Amino acid sequence: MRAFRILGLLVILSLALSACAAAPAPAAQAPAAQAPAAEQPAAAEAAAPATSGELKVAVLAPLSGPVPTFGVMTRDGALLAIEEWNAKGGVLGMKIVPIVEDSQCTPDPAVNAANKVIDQDKVHYIIGEVCSKASIPVSEIANAKKVVEISPTSTNPVYTLDKDGKAKQYVFRACFNDNFQGKIAANFALNNLKAKTAFVLLDQANDYVKGLAEVFTADFTAGGGTIVGTESYTAQDTDFSAILAKVADANPEVVYLPDYYNIVNLVTKQAKEKGITAPFLGADGWDSSDLDLKAAAGGYFTNHYSPEDPRPEVQNFVKTFRETYNNATPDALATLAYDATNLLLEGIKAAGVDDSTAVATALTEITFNGVSGQIHFDANHDPVKPLTILKVTDDGVKFDSVVNP
Amino acid sequence: MPTVNRPGARLAWIGQAFLLGLALLVLVILGRALAANPILFLQQVLNGLQLGFVYALIALGYTMVYGIVKLINFAHGDVFMVGAFVSYFAVARFRLSEWPAAAFPGMPGWLVLLLGSLTVILLSMTICAILAVTIERVAYKPLRDAPRIAALITAIGVSFFLEYFGALGFVFSPRFIPYERMFNVTTWTVGAGGIHRLVSGQAVPDNAITISNIFVIILLASILMQTLLQFLVRRTKIGKAMRASSFDKPTARLMGINVDGVISFTFAVGAAFAGLAGVLFAIAYPSITSQMGILPGLKAFIAAVLGGIGSIPGALVGALIMGQAEALTAGYISTPMRDAVAFTILIVVFLVRPRGIFGEPEGEKA
Repeated sequence: MRAFRILGLLVILSLALSACAAAPAPAAQAPAAQAPAAEQPAAAEAAAPATSGELKVAVLAPLSGPVPTFGVMTRDGALLAIEEWNAKGGVLGMKIVPIVEDSQCTPDPAVNAANKVIDQDKVHYIIGEVCSKASIPVSEIANAKKVVEISPTSTNPVYTLDKDGKAKQYVFRACFNDNFQGKIAANFALNNLKAKTAFVLLDQANDYVKGLAEVFTADFTAGGGTIVGTESYTAQDTDFSAILAKVADANPEVVYLPDYYNIVNLVTKQAKEKGITAPFLGADGWDSSDLDLKAAAGGYFTNHYSPEDPRPEVQNFVKTFRETYNNATPDALATLAYDATNLLLEGIKAAGVDDSTAVATALTEITFNGVSGQIHFDANHDPVKPLTILKVTDDGVKFDSVVNP
Repeated sequence: MPTVNRPGARLAWIGQAFLLGLALLVLVILGRALAANPILFLQQVLNGLQLGFVYALIALGYTMVYGIVKLINFAHGDVFMVGAFVSYFAVARFRLSEWPAAAFPGMPGWLVLLLGSLTVILLSMTICAILAVTIERVAYKPLRDAPRIAALITAIGVSFFLEYFGALGFVFSPRFIPYERMFNVTTWTVGAGGIHRLVSGQAVPDNAITISNIFVIILLASILMQTLLQFLVRRTKIGKAMRASSFDKPTARLMGINVDGVISFTFAVGAAFAGLAGVLFAIAYPSITSQMGILPGLKAFIAAVLGGIGSIPGALVGALIMGQAEALTAGYISTPMRDAVAFTILIVVFLVRPRGIFGEPEGEKA
């Protein structure tokens, strides 16, 4: 009798859970988008010229964890580039095989994923990780094991540098770094927003946020502005009322919040409810389809590109991406993953041999015309390229201006 | 406090002096903060109250369950998480909060909002209660006569199960960052110039504090539930059965009380409160993840210990202290310190007064 009662309760519980599970709408699109992407290389292979051998490229993307849209977009951008190359016959006559791993925007899983693809799958090339705090530890491993790593979007300056401040031989990035991004943000606040006072909010445990906040603080002060307060929080916080009460009390003209969209959504929403009217200023971590436009409206952020940019490279890429992925608009993460992958494959082509040392040398010499701008590397393995400023409004993220280095 | 002779008691004055010094330091910091900017201080106290009343709702579940089965139900924080997710699905996916408008066209807007929100809240509470009873029957009941540590470890296991099962893509996939509220949060500014509704994009006048409707709702809901629970435990037959089972289970059973039923009922009531807390918490701080229950759960547990685990008024008092400690630490020391302060309170309680503020040394616990 008792067993029946337990069984009955289990049935009720499973019904309740399946009711919840019946509608996992937005996330369900992600795996669905993956399926055609995985099938297309096979279809392309039949039509493409004959290839001999395989060239494995690992893609480390945070498909789960706090910032899943970053992972999905990075994966889709990288896979699109690989498909296009395979359709043209691969690279050096070899078919490119992508190996996608979930690195969760977190150091431990990212390091595990990197070790797995290097030791088990024997890859020589990694596209990823997305988040600086995860790609910095991965870059140590990649450099030590002579694996070329190109991070599409890790903007922290330390990522490409070793402890002596010299560039790591095998480590590159496809985006500008935070020294440039933070500086432009500070100039924008001073000159365009005409702000004299700023408040900085940061997560001390996040290399990306901390790096940007430091650069912004230094440049804003150097430009004649005053930082009226700096407050830190942790990534797990949901209640920002104590910090925001202090922001309201300090009454700054601009609030710098260079964090990812999940935190931005929470902070800006609570700020509006606390009557904070100063515009929020952020960085490329804001770029997500999950950014809460209503909450963040009135804010600005520095970014790598805008899908509204009229350049033909941008418009062609946006069109192809929409056709391939169910009409999704590529954000900066997809664009940079696409650029990073193309850059890597151009490097392999220029080197003429599947050898990571030769490819790393070739990469330092080429100039590549990407969707996010022209890329050539300086001595620190940082690309020299323009920056876009975007404005958040109720109806979407709008193109504001382009700043050249 | 009764003096206890234990090894090292002669040196206990060092610890006491240290705690006294710490207390003085805290008082000085708070006093200076109050003198420097009374409006900001009041605002921080209100922020702390909002948090404290949410913790109080969660702490009730810990304290009731401990009172009756002497088990610290670590899965309680995750029941809180399930409550928030149920409200998300009900509102964003099934549009349950709009049913009165569909069923009775022409109903006034405020009534639609009220009925719709109440439906969502009741649904969350019910599902949480069913979930907790299931957990109790499946995981805890077979261990009722096992050593208490076995049940405790099982509780931690259930907690992990709920967190990581919930993190799976097909259950509660991770993309719930913009939590959709069933009603809009409205803020009022209260100051010398009177009470005004804050329009989005408008600044708060000087010397005014802000109060939101969700703050008022959390306050009222928490007080109402405390009162209901006191009535339930003190004035009803099931409450008498709960007290009897807590006091002496074998004798209660001999008196004809269905002890298993009473225990299940206790779990259900505690979980329903956690479900309510989950919905209110998600509305106030709109972001939900499958791990959102861990920290509020732990802090509510500290609140229950601080108030005296097993004591219902203790849970409220403990939770309000925790809320203030958190808001004031974040406001006047540093935000990353606030969790450290929460756990320091737990250690201090264990050192100084393990039975908590309202805890009774032994004997009846309601």
